[in-house]
Amino acid sequence: MNATVATTLRARLDALPSQSLLGTQEYFVNMGPQHPSTHGVLRLVLKLDGETVHQVIPVLGYIHRGIEKICEHSNYRQLVHLTDRMDYLSALANNWAATMVVEKAAAMETNSRIEAIRTLVTELQRIHSHQLWWGVFGMDLGAFTPFFYGFRDREILTDVFERTIGGRLTMNYIQPGGVMHDIHPELVADVKAFLAVFKPRLDEYEALLSENVIVQERLRGVGVLTAQDAVALGATGPVLRASGVAHDLRKAEPYGLYGQVAFDVPVGSRGDCWDRYAVRMQEMRQSIRIVEQLLDNIPEGKHFLVKPAAKIKVKPGVWYSHLETARGVLGAMLVSTGGEAPYRVHFRTPNFNNLWAVTTTATGGRVADLVAILSSLDLVIPDIDR
Amino acid sequence: MHFDPQSLASRAAHLAPTDPWPALGVVVGSVLGVAAFVTVLGLVLIYAERKIAAHFQCRVGPYRVGPHGTLQAVADAVKLLLKEDVVPTGSDHLLHILAPVLSFAGMVLCIIALPMGPHAQVVDLDIGVLYITAVAGLGVLGILLGGWSSHNKWSLLGAMRAGAQIISYELSAMLALLVAVLFSGTLQLSGIVLAQQEGWWIWRAHGAGLVAFVLFVVAGTAEINRTPFDLAEGESELTAGFHTEYSGLRFAFFFLAEFLNLFVLAAMATTLFLGGWMPLHIGSWSAWNAAMDMLPPGLWFAGKAAAVVFLLMWFRWTFPRLRVDQLMRLEWKVLLPIGFANLFFAAVLVVSGWYFFPTVAAAPVPQLPAAGSSDDAGGAP
Repeated sequence: MNATVATTLRARLDALPSQSLLGTQEYFVNMGPQHPSTHGVLRLVLKLDGETVHQVIPVLGYIHRGIEKICEHSNYRQLVHLTDRMDYLSALANNWAATMVVEKAAAMETNSRIEAIRTLVTELQRIHSHQLWWGVFGMDLGAFTPFFYGFRDREILTDVFERTIGGRLTMNYIQPGGVMHDIHPELVADVKAFLAVFKPRLDEYEALLSENVIVQERLRGVGVLTAQDAVALGATGPVLRASGVAHDLRKAEPYGLYGQVAFDVPVGSRGDCWDRYAVRMQEMRQSIRIVEQLLDNIPEGKHFLVKPAAKIKVKPGVWYSHLETARGVLGAMLVSTGGEAPYRVHFRTPNFNNLWAVTTTATGGRVADLVAILSSLDLVIPDIDR
Repeated sequence: MHFDPQSLASRAAHLAPTDPWPALGVVVGSVLGVAAFVTVLGLVLIYAERKIAAHFQCRVGPYRVGPHGTLQAVADAVKLLLKEDVVPTGSDHLLHILAPVLSFAGMVLCIIALPMGPHAQVVDLDIGVLYITAVAGLGVLGILLGGWSSHNKWSLLGAMRAGAQIISYELSAMLALLVAVLFSGTLQLSGIVLAQQEGWWIWRAHGAGLVAFVLFVVAGTAEINRTPFDLAEGESELTAGFHTEYSGLRFAFFFLAEFLNLFVLAAMATTLFLGGWMPLHIGSWSAWNAAMDMLPPGLWFAGKAAAVVFLLMWFRWTFPRLRVDQLMRLEWKVLLPIGFANLFFAAVLVVSGWYFFPTVAAAPVPQLPAAGSSDDAGGAP
């Protein structure tokens, strides 16, 4: 086709009235609270025109359990154990965030062994969480096999957690003044065995999904979240970093032993689904790096400095601390009027802010794009509602 | 080796004027045979898919019901029989009930025309290729009606996707079919198989056959709504697409039709490009050809069809799903031009008689006396 014909055609197309000649009609459809791709009870009201998404309205509150309110009736030790059910894939990071703010408020000490164990298990859980995300991501794109691969490898790590912590999903381990049990004597060997299996499998993951042309077509240029929008929405974690903002609390405000280990913060450039995918894939490799550095260097010492039965008292005041979970910044705020229970507890959860990226990025795309975007945001719904 | 294909319908027609009762026997036998074949093949395919999927996914798959879980599909069928048949309020009842039947009927009508062996064919229509493409269209009607009548927006989306997809990809499938028709010079399916006696079109036609085979498998996968083209069902997007509101036996009909369409596609690809029930012959290697003739044609057909089915299952458990616009782009901007170019190339080849072993193919098939050799098991060449 020569250039003139193409231009004429384009001109004719542009001259068409913006309202389609077919006289299409917008309609609303509920995606959720029961839907295979919302991974929980998230409800999105979609305004569609055919397959094209015109508007996405998230409706929240289907799994609100009042965790923050219950915290007001719990003492400083009890409230930590409620947190594992917020973001069930980052139970340990949630424990740690609550512990961190309580320790800050009550000026409690920890030793380097405690910090090393906390860093190690939390970093393992980042891998654990990303494994599940990878599997589910594949399934949302229509490929079932990644789901089973992800869960197969995640199972090894779940067993590792079970030996030390007892729990497999909603784990309670990190608590003010230490960790609940010392690590299992076989933990280091178990984790090494896991890494030996998992490192080649990570390449397999790349071969199965990342290198697939359909995956790349489905993800590249889809759901672009600009750095400006990401910051404005308060998006954090891989979602923010994929948009090109290298903000990672593990680097920005090192806690635990993150200041002493070498790792890179993977950053994307375009902020599309592909970047969010790639950032998480690289994060798994970085987490492996961190774990490998920590494994042989866990210092000797006690695993708790404050007896579990000891009452924790906090002076009147307001405290805030935050850390980086697998999904972003989890902040915990504590308001105390003195005594054994907080006056108010608030969690700034990463998923709540990340969710809103879907409202700006999915409009104009297709229903299938919306599913890809939702999955690339890696949402955990109970963390949104708490 | 000489084959003399004879379909069951022609046998019945031949008998009818003189012996009406044996002719009726053949007809009734064919009907029962097709019914049994469809049921058993459906169960086998479902079992195979589940086992193959399981092994792709590092699982064991069905293992409890019967030896190695072989009766699992039977148990599932019984479960579906016993389930409540829900027809949603506000749905178009008649169409809702009709849709799965249409899907199923389209599939069965395809199966009766497939040549599975020189004598294992119910009807040998002289426009077999045309007939199959026509009745396969009933399948899309079933899906469209199913989605439309369900009174569910997700179902409707799935149905609309299916309509656009299947109708578009039928073009490419047709262009690929025509290549085999051109080479064979006939629309009769048994004739197409016989024309491949000297070599299968997939490798005998200077690449045109291979391209057509690939096109046919890709377009066919889209026509039967399998991953990576399972947009109509699109579980993660549309919950279950067009059959969201179907339960019990009606769902089973959709499900069975889907699985048997898989077989129809594999059987068509086999017939058109892989020589159907024809053994693998290589030019004048008479010893090799004789050895290949030892296997009965039915086994050749089943083996080839099973290989294609396995390939399609491999696709399904490896690839993610395409997006609607990508699907359309693939068809109209990639497959269709390739299909036309390939058809043109094939036409040039046929006109110039320029394919492998042209002399043998051009010469009339030697009519050897079939001394002592049965028709099914191959005799000496």
